[in-house]
Amino acid sequence: MSEVVLEARKIFKDFKDPIIIHVLKDINFTINKGEFVSVIGRSGCGKSTLLYILSTMDTDFEGELLIDGQSMKNKKEGELAKIRNEKIGFVFQFHYLLNEFSALQNVMLPGLKLGKYSDEEIEYKAMQHIKKMNIEKIALKNAYQLSGGEKQRVAIARALINDPLIIMGDEPTGNLDKKNGDIVFNIFKELTEEFNQTLLIVTHDTEFAEKTHRIIEMEDGRILKK
Amino acid sequence: MKLIFKIAKSLLLARLKQTTVAAIGVTFSITMFIALLGFMTGLNDLLDGLILNRTAHVRLFKEIKPSENQPIDISKKYLASYNFVSSVKSGSNRKEIFNSGPIINAIKKDNRVLGVGPKIIAPVFFNDGAIEINGSINGIDVDVESKLFFFDDYITSGKSASLKNVSNSIILGKGLADKLLANIGDVVVVTTAQGERFSLKVVGYFQSGIMELDKVQSYASIATTQKLLGKSNNYITDIQIKLKNIERAPAVAKEYANIFQVDAEDIQTANAQFETGSNVRNIISYAVGITLLVVAGFGIYNILNMMIFEKMDSIAILKATGFSGKDVKQIFTVIALSIGIVGGLFGLLFGFFLSLGIDQIPFKTASLPTVKTYPINYSAVFYIIGGIFSLITTYLAGYFPAKKASKIDPVEIIRGK
Repeated sequence: MSEVVLEARKIFKDFKDPIIIHVLKDINFTINKGEFVSVIGRSGCGKSTLLYILSTMDTDFEGELLIDGQSMKNKKEGELAKIRNEKIGFVFQFHYLLNEFSALQNVMLPGLKLGKYSDEEIEYKAMQHIKKMNIEKIALKNAYQLSGGEKQRVAIARALINDPLIIMGDEPTGNLDKKNGDIVFNIFKELTEEFNQTLLIVTHDTEFAEKTHRIIEMEDGRILKK
Repeated sequence: MKLIFKIAKSLLLARLKQTTVAAIGVTFSITMFIALLGFMTGLNDLLDGLILNRTAHVRLFKEIKPSENQPIDISKKYLASYNFVSSVKSGSNRKEIFNSGPIINAIKKDNRVLGVGPKIIAPVFFNDGAIEINGSINGIDVDVESKLFFFDDYITSGKSASLKNVSNSIILGKGLADKLLANIGDVVVVTTAQGERFSLKVVGYFQSGIMELDKVQSYASIATTQKLLGKSNNYITDIQIKLKNIERAPAVAKEYANIFQVDAEDIQTANAQFETGSNVRNIISYAVGITLLVVAGFGIYNILNMMIFEKMDSIAILKATGFSGKDVKQIFTVIALSIGIVGGLFGLLFGFFLSLGIDQIPFKTASLPTVKTYPINYSAVFYIIGGIFSLITTYLAGYFPAKKASKIDPVEIIRGK
């Protein structure tokens, strides 16, 4: 359990527009393999900003980010995209699915992009993940026909398709009702317990956070408590 | 790459109506481009053909002019002196080309030459009762004239072969025949410059498309013309040469003038105005065609821009899940190019049909006896240019929106919600 998956070293970030705001100040922490970590804090405390930096999508910061022991510094956009594709799975607050595709195709897309397996294998794997989410009934439906809870489960299946090192979630339950929120939480829990999946979830739902292994609490761009 | 196409296809099909409109824009402009150029060039060819078909690429002849080297210039005794000769007159050199037989044979062997034919131009008066109408008889080798200069195309009644088969026969220009009130089978009387009178039988009319020419020109066989002029059967005043490549006419003319010691005139010098005219018309048609394509390009640009605005979320999610900016750019470029290819192909097809349609419209004019419908040029070059242009414009129209899409910051989109 001591294998470090993600490490943040002295991360600072400023918003310069319209006035300089220090969004993140001296963020240091590590996440080990198999950990289920939640980041909590009031809105505006910088937790989402931190997540986007950790996800490599936001490269405009100071400090160092290591994923799987590799520094993300000075990497090109294309290389970062590859890392996101291969090592990071995403689940957003709003269920970002491609409406032009079916649920199954949405799950398959990152796999097809990675191109490690054949199309048939990816389809099989995607179907396995969909079954794990108990949504095989809607696998062939178009994304826009799904309910919010279903969409979020499709998004989780999509995050899993490339067996990522870490799954990041930005308020994955924030837009769901209690019942669906619980379903999603249980899926996360199952993933971490049964498959030793590393999870980093940003949330403002303290009830959700309390059930995770570790809570990182943030305030005004600093980490209060680990 | 397969995946890029798959995503592009899905995005395209999701906005089928918009993309169809964009493709129709391309189709319309390519259609008009093809039809316009085909029609314009058809007309150009027709107008140029009026003169160029009937004109030799290189014409060899003897100009009547004073000798450049007067005897005193050649004399060794006065080489160091200035010689002044007053009142120089053209010498007694004849219009005849000496050694015409060997010259024609030598030219025939030149592989740049498509064909060569002899010609005699004889100025004559046509006698109609008391009036004399001046005109000229072109003595021609009928077979060569038909083959090289499309003589048959311009004969409105009668047959060119009759010139060979009927002795002392003549084909009159339509205008001339009208003046002389000469019907086919009638006999017309001509007086040569030497004062000889001759009777010739009218075996046909010809119409060159240029009225002025038709009022004075007529054609007879070489042998008849020689007889008319009282010359031997090697008397020839012109040698007409048609080349395989018309562009080489000036060079060839210069060369022959040197080798054969005759005067030579190339078609470019003789008819410079035609080339200028057709060039300008071509430029106009290309300009109009390209303008149409550019307008279609802006249509594609707009639609792609709109699509990118609508698909911001999708682009963000693609990027978040591991698609690079380059991939996104490729997706939108593929979309633009598919619009271009499909629109362009239909455009080429419809352009061809429209050309066929124009080709059916009756177009009759007194000066162009062989033309029954509007002329169209079906040259593959226009189709190739049209195709390439549709690709280039759609690529450029897609390039900027695609670049914009590739620059979209997923964080901004995802946070913005």
